[in-house]
Amino acid sequence: MDIRVDTVRKEFSHYPALNDVSLDIRSGELIALLGPSGSGKTTLLRLIAGLEMPTAGRIYFGDEDASSKTVQERNVGFVFQAYALFRNMTVLDNISFGLSVRPRATRPPKAEIRRRALELLDLVQLTGLEKRYPQQLSGGQRQRVALARALAIEPRVLLLDEPFGALDAQVRKELRKWLREIHDRTGHTTVFVTHDQEEALELADRLVVMSQGKIEQVGTPDEVYDKPNGPFVFSFIGESSSMPVTVENHEIWVGGRAIGLPAPHDAIGEAVLFFRPHDVELVEDGSGAALAGVVAASRRVGGTRRVELEVGGNPNRVEIDLPFDHPAGEKTRIAFRPKRWRVYPKG
Amino acid sequence: MFEPEVVYDSRRVIPPADHARPTTERPWVRRLLIAIAIAFMALVLVLPLVLVFTEAFRKGADAYFASFSDRQSQQAIYLTLLVAAIAVPLNLVFGVAAAWCVAKYEFWGKSFLTTLIDLPFSVSPVVSGMVYVLLFGAQSALHPLLKAYNIEIIFAVPGIVLATIFVTFPFIARELIPLMQDQGNTDEEAALSLGATGWQTFARVTLPNIKWGLLYGVLLCNARAMGEFGAVSVVSGHIRGKTTTMPLDIEILYNEYNFTAAFAVASLLALLALVTLVFKTILEFRFGDELAGTRRH
Amino acid sequence: MTRSTPLRSDAAAGAPRGASRNPSHPAKAGWSFVKPSVIPGFGLTFGYTILYLSLIVLIPIAGLFLKAATTPLEQIIRIATSPRTLKALEVSFGSSLIAALVNVFFGVIVAWVLVRYKFPGRRLLDAIVDLPFALPTAVAGIALSTLYAPKGWIGSLFSDKGPLWQWWHAQTWLPLGLNEFSLNFKIAYTPTGIVIALIFIGLPFVVRTVQPVLEEFEQELEEAAATLGANRWQTITSVILPRLTPALLTGFALAFARAVGEYGSVIFIAGNLPNISEIAPVLIVIKLEEFDQAGAAVIAGIMLIIAFVMLLVINLIQAWARRRFGNV
Repeated sequence: MDIRVDTVRKEFSHYPALNDVSLDIRSGELIALLGPSGSGKTTLLRLIAGLEMPTAGRIYFGDEDASSKTVQERNVGFVFQAYALFRNMTVLDNISFGLSVRPRATRPPKAEIRRRALELLDLVQLTGLEKRYPQQLSGGQRQRVALARALAIEPRVLLLDEPFGALDAQVRKELRKWLREIHDRTGHTTVFVTHDQEEALELADRLVVMSQGKIEQVGTPDEVYDKPNGPFVFSFIGESSSMPVTVENHEIWVGGRAIGLPAPHDAIGEAVLFFRPHDVELVEDGSGAALAGVVAASRRVGGTRRVELEVGGNPNRVEIDLPFDHPAGEKTRIAFRPKRWRVYPKG
Repeated sequence: MFEPEVVYDSRRVIPPADHARPTTERPWVRRLLIAIAIAFMALVLVLPLVLVFTEAFRKGADAYFASFSDRQSQQAIYLTLLVAAIAVPLNLVFGVAAAWCVAKYEFWGKSFLTTLIDLPFSVSPVVSGMVYVLLFGAQSALHPLLKAYNIEIIFAVPGIVLATIFVTFPFIARELIPLMQDQGNTDEEAALSLGATGWQTFARVTLPNIKWGLLYGVLLCNARAMGEFGAVSVVSGHIRGKTTTMPLDIEILYNEYNFTAAFAVASLLALLALVTLVFKTILEFRFGDELAGTRRH
Repeated sequence: MTRSTPLRSDAAAGAPRGASRNPSHPAKAGWSFVKPSVIPGFGLTFGYTILYLSLIVLIPIAGLFLKAATTPLEQIIRIATSPRTLKALEVSFGSSLIAALVNVFFGVIVAWVLVRYKFPGRRLLDAIVDLPFALPTAVAGIALSTLYAPKGWIGSLFSDKGPLWQWWHAQTWLPLGLNEFSLNFKIAYTPTGIVIALIFIGLPFVVRTVQPVLEEFEQELEEAAATLGANRWQTITSVILPRLTPALLTGFALAFARAVGEYGSVIFIAGNLPNISEIAPVLIVIKLEEFDQAGAAVIAGIMLIIAFVMLLVINLIQAWARRRFGNV
């Protein structure tokens, strides 16, 4: 089921949480809504589910206009961050709930509901726990039950709101892999919200990066990471260093010196240079156009050494990674050139 | 796209009126439930209150105020104030001590102790009064001793005070215990580590933390102390002008068919109840956080 | 004991001064009456609490049981099984049961409306709920009695040849002459009046126990039910009400326990006719006035035991709910 969000706006007491957002979600894809808190990602998810109604705009499920349908009619599977399992019901009753509340005409017989619920329990690898109550399960198990419950209604789309947010790092990683497997096996169109870029990059077919009620960029993890379309996406996804520069004559200048990087054809004037700290090459100081700075601080990060450089008296330091055994100490002068970079106009 | 206004209109979704939000009821259901709640409360709670004041003023303001010129009614008001003035401070001291010992320490049998503190809440007021009649009354073992020293308890003011203390016994402790448990011991431990003595810690750290909860408890305790009827009725002996508090005075006047006077005295107590409710609401509204855990019971 | 080790290291790490000040406290052989603490004043406050509790509550209540216990057994049985006692207990418990059920029904609606809906006057309504806690029972008693007396504002509606009677007799279309069927409700001075008074005093117990549970109810659960296709009624009956059950039972038990012992608000409206509208507390007072202390003590003892059981039941409900639903 592909989903089309068409210039949707949502205002909460006249404050716009979503600003004319449009998005196409392809059938069967696993897509992540990624952004800092307050970016509107959860609002968008809740609008697709029908838990909120848009102030303006339409939402299509396939060719059908779902905008005026209630949440009950939309038939979506929704998984909440805090699980939202019914504590008064057993695991099996939780999973069966969606089928057992159907009107009599479309409700499967009891035995069939039970069979399907047990099958799903099997799918989420919790066979044998059907008689437990949610409080008797671990966090990861609860979230699996929540997913099975959402799958039981054969949803047209699966929506997950920070599904791993309440779990600890280890369980998170396991469930992430497992969610991908389930998705590949069942083929549901799946939208999930996260503020964890690592999770989004690892799990999603495509990423929707959001900020302040707007979509900044939509693309595959590679596209978003390698070709960020603006300063927000560059600094939000992955590690980044940035510094003010000037663009003139198709060259990038810092403090009146060209640094040996060609600028895109049309840019001119004040700009900001972005690059990844690990994506730089060191050059001999004085051997030509490069960025050079004095080491102000250095610390060990995993297999590399991260140094902060003061470049040309600029108060904002830039960070680059050096091999951990690099001899640079405080006040050492280092020259480098980013291997990949982007310049964006200032402001 | 040819007519922008139409395009705009097509985008505007009129949310389905009946189920705009999945977590509430249809408007007519909402209105019906609100109407039931208001009607029920008006019938059961408000109407009796309104009646008290209408009956009190039925024969005009002069008759109303004349009700209080009666010496016996004045004595009843005085006795009610006196009883509350003794019972409330005593229960205040107890409430603070009990809350301190229950909230600040872990000890064996603690939950049993809190159950015992709550006990007077679940005892019929009549029984609360009666236990003192059995203890100090004319047929009790203590009676000859009391008589020898000329001490009157039952059918006298001390009995009324004791019965009132009994029924209002848990109020302040009940407010303070959950509040002090919520606040934990860290503030006190910090004060002690800075060299404060126990009393300084209590007066300058604990007391400011619990003052609104304490006030709240005192209000409820006082309202009950002034209004207690059953327990006091059993121990008082209904000697008009001597051992009648305001509630007992109301009973006597009512049974004498002196309705205006009965409701006049009742209106004073109803006013006290309203003032208590207003203070309670203000406290909850202004200092809700500092009453945390005590709000409902 | 494994428990004492972390305790001691806590004290040593967190409050070295206190720990060294109380060298005698570290748990000996695993059991000590009070867990060691740096906070001073346990002896004083515990001692005072026990002393005051004993003087005011425990000794007098023990006296009551002593009185009941020293009564010869056959006399106890005679008092306890006399028709008047049994009828009084029946009236007390029966009316309390009906009143508590009525309060559960309307109390849930009131709590729901107060928590879930915004409407003008909500705060006022919320404040008024506590009126029965604050209004002296004698005041409530004479007000209710006057209200429901045959000539009172409400009593007159129901009285013989009153407006309701006239309306009913005008319904000539009813088959079988149903409209000729006597419709003479007397409320005051009957058990119905007792129930009315007990509804008045019991309402806040239900509202105030249900309200906080509703306030803390996670709206996500309702959303989850909705996304799974449940309509509002299904959500309410299968998701919300089960979670309210412990609070409902507790509120019911509190209202019931209070109603059973209630005296002041009932005596005026009840009429106190022996074997008809005489409640157990009234019977106790009558026995005391007749200097039949043994009789009073026996009935009081029965009521006290039932009150203890009610307290126990309330505690069990809450413990069960905590186990079953986590923190409720």
